[in-house]
Amino acid sequence: MGKYIYRTVLQIVPVLFIISLIVFILVHVTGDPVNLMLPDTATPEEREILTAALGLDQPLYIQYGLYMKNLLSGDFGTSFRYNESALPIVLERLPASFELAGAAMLIAVVLAVPLGILSAVKRNSLLDLILSSISVLGKAMPNFWVGIMLILLFSVSLGMLPVSGRGTLQHLVLPAITLGTGVSVEMMRLIRSSMLEILGQDYIRTARSKGLWETVVINKHALRNALIPVVTITALQLTNLVSGALVTETVFAWPGMGQLLVQAVYTHDMAIVQAAVFVIALMVIFVNLASDIVYGLLDPRIKYR
Amino acid sequence: MSEATLLEVRELQTEFVTEEGIIPAVNGISLHVSKGETLALVGESGCGKSITSLSILGLIAEPGRVTGGKVLLEGRNLLHLSRKEMRRVRGQEISMIFQEPMTSLNPVFTIGNQIGESVRRHLRLNRKQARAKSVEMLELVGIAHADKVVDYFPHQLSGGMRQRVMIAIALSCSPKLLIADEPTTALDVTIQAQILELIARLSKTLDTGVILITHDLGVVAEMADRVAVMYAGEIVEEASVEALFEQPLHPYTQGLLKSLPSIEGLQDELYSIPGTVPNLLDKPPGCLFAPRCPYADGLCATVRPLLEERRDQHRVRCHHACKEERL
Amino acid sequence: MSVSAETSSPAALAVAPQASPRKQERLKRGLRKLVRSKTGLIGAVLLLLIVGVALFAPWIAPHSPGKTNVSVKLLPPMWMSEGTAMYPLGTDNLGRDLLSRLVYGSRVSLIVGLCSVALSGLIGLVLGLLSGFYGGWIDHLIMRVVDAFLAIPTILFMLLIMSILGPGLGTLIFVIGITGWVSYARMVRSEVLSIRERDYVRSSRAVGARNLRILFVHILPNVFSSFIVISTLNVAGVIISEASLSFMGLGIQPPDVSWGGMLSEGRQYLATSWWVATFPGIAITITVLAIIFLGDWLRDTLDPKLK
Repeated sequence: MGKYIYRTVLQIVPVLFIISLIVFILVHVTGDPVNLMLPDTATPEEREILTAALGLDQPLYIQYGLYMKNLLSGDFGTSFRYNESALPIVLERLPASFELAGAAMLIAVVLAVPLGILSAVKRNSLLDLILSSISVLGKAMPNFWVGIMLILLFSVSLGMLPVSGRGTLQHLVLPAITLGTGVSVEMMRLIRSSMLEILGQDYIRTARSKGLWETVVINKHALRNALIPVVTITALQLTNLVSGALVTETVFAWPGMGQLLVQAVYTHDMAIVQAAVFVIALMVIFVNLASDIVYGLLDPRIKYR
Repeated sequence: MSEATLLEVRELQTEFVTEEGIIPAVNGISLHVSKGETLALVGESGCGKSITSLSILGLIAEPGRVTGGKVLLEGRNLLHLSRKEMRRVRGQEISMIFQEPMTSLNPVFTIGNQIGESVRRHLRLNRKQARAKSVEMLELVGIAHADKVVDYFPHQLSGGMRQRVMIAIALSCSPKLLIADEPTTALDVTIQAQILELIARLSKTLDTGVILITHDLGVVAEMADRVAVMYAGEIVEEASVEALFEQPLHPYTQGLLKSLPSIEGLQDELYSIPGTVPNLLDKPPGCLFAPRCPYADGLCATVRPLLEERRDQHRVRCHHACKEERL
Repeated sequence: MSVSAETSSPAALAVAPQASPRKQERLKRGLRKLVRSKTGLIGAVLLLLIVGVALFAPWIAPHSPGKTNVSVKLLPPMWMSEGTAMYPLGTDNLGRDLLSRLVYGSRVSLIVGLCSVALSGLIGLVLGLLSGFYGGWIDHLIMRVVDAFLAIPTILFMLLIMSILGPGLGTLIFVIGITGWVSYARMVRSEVLSIRERDYVRSSRAVGARNLRILFVHILPNVFSSFIVISTLNVAGVIISEASLSFMGLGIQPPDVSWGGMLSEGRQYLATSWWVATFPGIAITITVLAIIFLGDWLRDTLDPKLK
């Protein structure tokens, strides 16, 4: 098990390296970082100072070394919009984003896991048909539009919930539902198909041939095995969760990292963009890592190796 | 049928509904097994052997359905039992061993758990007793250090060991009938013999009736008392093992026997029956084997032969069975 | 005797169920399946309709999409009491005709959808071929990049590039295209590897066939159907991505019309005029649904193993 964790952790090193390299190439080779980092109103003196400060008069490999050094010390530069170091500004938004993402993930799991399993167990039933229709429809509806429609219904027409912003639990309800249902659609489909695969396994037939109650066959033999892919599937949804969160935060003016990032892109605030991209990427990678480790704990074939 | 008849299957019919049409996978099968007797069910893959056994156990899943016939276990028709009653029969009165020992055990539960849940359910043992019973069963099937293996997970055992565990599970509640579906196909040759010997020995000591499903006539010769040969969902020949090997009456059986490697013969190449199993969606009107049969004539192509007793306790489904004796 | 039985009996015909399906037969079966699977047919018809609307937008749209007229601003759809048949779906805050804007907006969705997917496909094809053919460190490098793309949400790459290049139609196509190639590259690579193992390619290499010939004769025909299926389903995703980015103000910029942009404008007037934000969403949903239906049908007929 220790070896498994060690190997899993080791796997993320090249991924991190490649990501930093891609960002470096994008920022330093495709564009002029000075232009990107300064507002359009900057004076020539300001430009020169920044050029020297960034070491842009140096050869590319030295620039890369400098960039990596800054990266490792968490220095992404100064945001010209806030006139402060970028990383703290990004980290300040972390609680809001965690709150929304956590609530949404909870909703997604609570919806997708039981419904996905139910629709596999009751395969081809009316329930299964309805659920898979909803899932296709959910895939076709843009998440942010669902959010707008929810605002229209619950805030504008019924006046039950606030339109936007953060603060009370009521503020969290609509964004979390929007994001959570968006994520659950794909998740339910994946859980259904992995549960179907498990129900077709030989050991399920063995369990039935022992005369066990069908509830025992499903709840013990199938579910315990289904738990393993559920962990992986949940982690896989992180990508959807992050891109969904960016839009959802915009729709509901939710003061999280997504909203900050989108605004920074809009205003060319490169320091913030880089810091936010790295923080989000790191979080995704670490959650994936955690899920790999949980996977190892759930599957005795890995645990006892 | 004698007093000791354990299981009698009459005119069993199992169909699968597919997009292309209804597939009659098992078409009017009749069988009987006595206490302590081993019946071999032989045929190529896809001939309906496994479907027959799953039908007996009531484990046919959608889109399949048992549509006719009787399955009598000591005179009680299993097809008329409720699901609840049927669950009592499974595992306790009839149990089954499957082909793939590698996948037939649940990977996330210990061996002891998987033997134990059967005896806890049927014999109403508590946790502690179930564990003791599991160890006892593991010892019975010849697993060393049973008290340790009971806490192992399936992936920690070899294929042969897992099949022993499967046998331990199957026999844990002392069933009246054991159905072994290709129990040794996935195993090494040396392990095969051990497993077969184990099944034979335990079924004799426990007086268990056995239905042995196989495509391997070598296994049949070693294990069976009687043999039923299946082809395309029907039984084409049924006889005692001696009669079948000495004087096979159906050309299909003859073909199967010819394809056995013989030690004295030293053939260059193994014989195989030409052609393939007919499409069950579009059955030929006459004898199902006619397209592959070297003796087929106009009669065979148009009229379906019946399963008839041509000799004492030797039934065959062929128009030319008597003539072939002379061939 | 036995020979005549083999040939004359109608049973003999039924013996071999899996005769190799010829192209025509496959096409016929595909069409029959299309008709039978109603959703596939619905998808195809809807999509044809949408493409038609996009192509003939100037003739279909009752008004110019950019024409403002403040005197009729925020007019409701025609079936509501204050609505008028002049503006069937109502108007937005500048008095522009919503229907006309929806009609023109379909162009952006389809153009971005097609162009980005084509770009992704091309990049994926080239990288997959490089990876599969040359192996070694090239393969390693490309596969590590694939890992990186799979490990973090591609929207981050998109935003990063956008912050450098600035928003616009070209940027939009570029960023979506350049981040969507991973599935193609993996598919092409595995196809190349499996084909390289097969005897006929080994022998054609031995007789000196150039890589290019292997590419056109052996590889492209084999990946073609998977390519079509993946692409179709990708277009659906791209249209949603485009709408999301435009909604966030990072995609299509006014005065160009896009459904995502319309939604963003409509968001401001939700309290009074529900229709401005509702119809573009319906348009996106219908378009994406049509493409998913078509894509699922294509997958079932062309490439069932992809499921």
